[in-house]
Amino acid sequence: MDNKIVEKIQFSENVVKLIINSPYIARSRKAGHFVIVRVDEEGERIPLTIAGSHPENGTIMLVIQRVGVSSAKLCDLNVGDTILDIVGPLGEATKIHKVGTILACGGGVGVAPMLPIVEAFKEAGNRVISIIAARTKDLIILEDEIRKHSDEVVIMTDDGSYGNKGLVTKGIEDIVAKEKINEAIVIGPAIMMKFAALTTKKHNIPTQASLNTIMVDGTGMCGACRVSVGGQTKFVCVDGPEFDAHLVDFDEMIERLGAYKDQEIIAHEKHEHKCKSKHQ
Amino acid sequence: MDILDYLKEERNKDWRKNLRSQIKTKDRTKTKKVKMPEENPDIRNTNNIEVNSGLTKEQALLEASRCIDCANPTCITGCPVGINIPKFIKNIESGDFLAAAATLKETNSLPAVCGRVCPQEIQCEEQCFYTTKLKLPPVAIGYLERFAADFEQNSGEISVPQVAEKNNIKIAVIGGGPAGLATATDLIKFGYDVTVFEALHEIGGVLKYGIPEFRLPNTIVDVEINNLKQMGVKFITNFIVGKTASFDDLRKEGFKAFFVASGAGLPNFMNIPGENFINIFSSNEYLTRVNLMNAANDNFDTPVFSGENVAIIGGGNTAMDSVRMAKRLGAKRAMIVYRRSREEMPARVEEVKHAIEEGIEFLNLHNPIEYFADEKRRVKSMKLQKMELGEPDDSGRRRPVPIEGAIEEIDVDTVVVAVGVSPNPLIPRSLSDLEVSKWGTIIVNDDMQSSIEDIFAGGDIVRGGATVILAMGDGRKAAIGINKYIKQKIKK
Ligand SMILES: Cc1cc2nc3c(=O)[nH]c(=O)nc-3n(C[C@H](O)[C@H](O)[C@H](O)COP(=O)(O)OP(=O)(O)OC[C@H]3O[C@@H](n4cnc5c(N)ncnc54)[C@H](O)[C@@H]3O)c2cc1C
Ligand SMILES: Cc1cc2nc3c(=O)[nH]c(=O)nc-3n(C[C@H](O)[C@H](O)[C@H](O)COP(=O)(O)OP(=O)(O)OC[C@H]3O[C@@H](n4cnc5c(N)ncnc54)[C@H](O)[C@@H]3O)c2cc1C
Ligand code: SF4
Ligand code: SF4
Ligand code: FES
Repeated sequence: MDNKIVEKIQFSENVVKLIINSPYIARSRKAGHFVIVRVDEEGERIPLTIAGSHPENGTIMLVIQRVGVSSAKLCDLNVGDTILDIVGPLGEATKIHKVGTILACGGGVGVAPMLPIVEAFKEAGNRVISIIAARTKDLIILEDEIRKHSDEVVIMTDDGSYGNKGLVTKGIEDIVAKEKINEAIVIGPAIMMKFAALTTKKHNIPTQASLNTIMVDGTGMCGACRVSVGGQTKFVCVDGPEFDAHLVDFDEMIERLGAYKDQEIIAHEKHEHKCKSKHQ
Repeated sequence: MDILDYLKEERNKDWRKNLRSQIKTKDRTKTKKVKMPEENPDIRNTNNIEVNSGLTKEQALLEASRCIDCANPTCITGCPVGINIPKFIKNIESGDFLAAAATLKETNSLPAVCGRVCPQEIQCEEQCFYTTKLKLPPVAIGYLERFAADFEQNSGEISVPQVAEKNNIKIAVIGGGPAGLATATDLIKFGYDVTVFEALHEIGGVLKYGIPEFRLPNTIVDVEINNLKQMGVKFITNFIVGKTASFDDLRKEGFKAFFVASGAGLPNFMNIPGENFINIFSSNEYLTRVNLMNAANDNFDTPVFSGENVAIIGGGNTAMDSVRMAKRLGAKRAMIVYRRSREEMPARVEEVKHAIEEGIEFLNLHNPIEYFADEKRRVKSMKLQKMELGEPDDSGRRRPVPIEGAIEEIDVDTVVVAVGVSPNPLIPRSLSDLEVSKWGTIIVNDDMQSSIEDIFAGGDIVRGGATVILAMGDGRKAAIGINKYIKQKIKK
C-alpha cells in the first residue's frame, strides 16, 4: 500500500531512516528533490529531502532528525504504519554535470540530502570529495553510503570524538590547500551553510547551497519559504531548494527559520506531555 | 433547441402562467427586498460561524414572489453559466424547492457555493429588471440560489444527476478547484471515466484553502464533492501532475485528454524594502494556515502568528477575508490598507459591509512603501504614502497618485499582503511546447483547447485571478470542447 513504512533504521537517538512505499515518487524523483509529508489529520506539512529511492520496489528513503513535534511524530512511527500524506517530488533537481572535482559538505542530518547528489555527481564522472560534519561521533550518519560514492571522505566533529576535530570550514580549508576544487555544494544547518559559503567564496569556488526554509504547501502557493538571493526574493520550494550560496542572505534566512519559535516550544512541550501520559 | 426558445417554452408552461396570474406585477414590485439574517457582528468577529445564516422559508417565498418572471429575463445574461433564473425562482415561489435546486443544477454544479460567493451585484443582480428599469433593489437571486441549494443539501434527497452509459475513455482533470469540479461533473455525465488529480491533501482549491469558514463552510463544499464521487468521479489527492507523474506518463496510462485547472496560486508581493521581515505573510499563507491546516485550533500542529496590530494590503475578496480573519484571531486593530478609495475596492459589496460592521478599519488611499523591524527582524511598523485620485486608467477606475510629502508611519506587528496572484507556473514549466501569455496564463481557443491538442485549460490558470463562477463556466465549456475533440479522434 502507498505511504506504508517498510523499513526503519535508527541512526542515532534523534535520527531515523525510513523506507516508504511511494511508487510514483520513487519513479519520478531526481537528486535534489524533496517531498512534503503530513503524518496525521492534525499534522502540519513538513518538507523532507528524498535521500534515495528504489524505483523497482517503489520505495523512497527519508532520513529524519527529531527537532520538534512533526519530526518527532515521524520518528516514532514503525514498520507497517502509514503516513497520511506524502506529495512530491518537489523542487528543481540538482543540475548534475561533469566539472572535474566536486566538494560536497554535509552537516548533521544534511548528509541525507547530500547522498543522492554525491551519487549523481560521481556517476557523471566527477572526482568527488565529501566532508561529513557533525557535533559529535553519534551524529555522523550515512558514512558508508557516502564513502561508496566518493573518492575521498573527510569526517569532522566539533569535539574531535571521531575523524578530525573542528568545524566544516576547517575541513574545507584543509582540502583547498592541497587540491583544486571546481565546484562545491553545502547542505546542513543554515549557520553551517553560511560559514561554509564564506569559506568557499574566499577561494572563488562556485558553490550551491540547499536551503531548508519553513514551508507550507511546497508548490509555490504561499510564499512562506521565501529567501533573498542576490537581492531578489525567491521561493525555495519552486525556484530551489538549491541556490548560489554566495548570493543567499543567510542572516535573513536564519531569522525567518525562527519565526514560530515560541509556538514551536509550546507545541513541543505539549506533545512530550501527551506522549508521557500515554506511556503511563 | 435555441436557448431563447427553451426559455420561452419553459415560461409558457401552465404552472408558470398560473403563478404569474396569482399576484399582480404592481404588487410584486411593491414588496420590499428581504434582509439576510446575520450573526451579531460583535460576537461573530470572535468566532468562525457563518455570517449569513440563510433565508427562512417564509422569507424565501416572499422574495421569490418579487420576481416578475420577465418575458425577457435579462438577469440570465449576467450569469456566466446561464442559470435559468426565473424558472428556479418560480419553483421556489410554488414551494417546490427541490425542483428549484434541480433547475440550478442544470447548468451549475456548485449552486450552494455560488449563491454564497458570486459577486451578484456585478452579475445576475445587476442585470435584473429591478435594477435596470425600476431602479429598485434587485431580486435577491444569490440568496435564493443559496436557499434552494441548502434546502436540497439538508433534505437528504440530493439528486444524483443522470450519467450517460460509460464509454471507458479516460480523462484527467488537473486541479480540484471550481473549474476542475465543473468539468468533471459534465464529463462524467457524458459517460467518460474521469479522474481529478489534486496537489494538496484536500479537494476544493481556493474554496478550501482560501475562502474562510465564516463565508463558505467546508461542509458545503464536501457535500458537492461527495455528490461527484457518487456519480463516479475518481479523486486522487497529493498528486502533482508534471511532478508526481508527467503528462506522458499519464498518456501511457491511457488518459486521452487533459483539463488543466491549476489556478492562479502564486502570490504577488510588492517588492518594497523590508517585505521579507518576519510576520509579513502572503494572504495565501495566512489563510491556508487557518483554513486548510486548522492552525487556529490548538489540537492541530500548524502554527499561525496573529498579532494585535494587523495590516492587510489590498482591497479584493482575499484582503477582506484576511482582515476579517485577523480580527477573529484576536487583533485589536485589523486594518485594510488600500491605495484607491473605498468605492474602487474590487471585493464583493457584501463583504465590505460585513467588514465594516465587524470593526475593521479602512485606510483607503494609502500605499505601503517600506517596512521596519525590531532587532529580531520582526516587523514593527510601516511607512505609508498617502494617495489621491487622478485621471481614470485603462480599467476605467481613477488612478491613485501619491500626494507629495504626505507620508506617515504606523505601528504593525503583522502584515498580510493581498495584492493579487499570478498563474501557478508548475504546469507551464513542465511542458515546453505549451503556449502561454506574457503573464503566464495558458492560451486557449474557443473550445478551451491549448496549443497542445489533447490539453485543455480553464479557470484562473487561463484568466489570472478571477471568480468561482467564471472558472466553472470555463470548466463547462471545456467539457464540451473535450467531448468534441474525442469524438473527432474516434472518427479518424
Ligand atoms: C527542502 C527541505 C528539505 C529538508 N530535508 C530534511 C531532511 O531530509 N531531514 C530532516 O530531518 N529535515 C529536513 N528538513 C527540515 C525539516 O523540514 C524540519 O526539521 C521540520 O519541518 C521541523 O518540524 P518540527 O515540527 O519537527 O519542528 P519545529 O517544532 O517546527 O521546529 C523545531 C526547530 O526546527 C526549526 N525548523 C522549523 N522548520 C524548519 C524547516 N523547514 N527547516 C529547518 N528547520 C526548521 C525551527 O527553527 C526550530 O528551531 C528539510 C527542509 C527543507 C525546506
Ligand atoms: C481568499 C480568496 C477569496 C475569494 N473570494 C471569492 C469570492 O467571494 N467570489 C468569487 O467568485 N471568487 C473568489 N475568489 C476567486 C476564486 O476563488 C477563484 O477565481 C477560483 O477558485 C478559481 O478556480 P480554479 O478552479 O481555476 O482554481 P483554484 O480554485 O485555484 O484551484 C486550483 C487547484 O489546482 C491544484 N493544482 C495546481 N497545480 C496542480 C498540479 N500540477 N497538479 C494537481 N493539482 C494542481 C491546486 O492545488 C488547487 O487546488 C477568491 C479567491 C481567494 C484566494
Ligand atoms: S451562479 Fe452567480 S451569477 Fe449565476 S445566478 Fe447564481 S449568483 Fe448569479
Ligand atoms: S430580471 Fe429580475 S425580475 Fe426579471 S426574471 Fe430575472 S430575476 Fe426575475
Ligand atoms: S512553501 Fe509555499 S510557496 Fe514555497
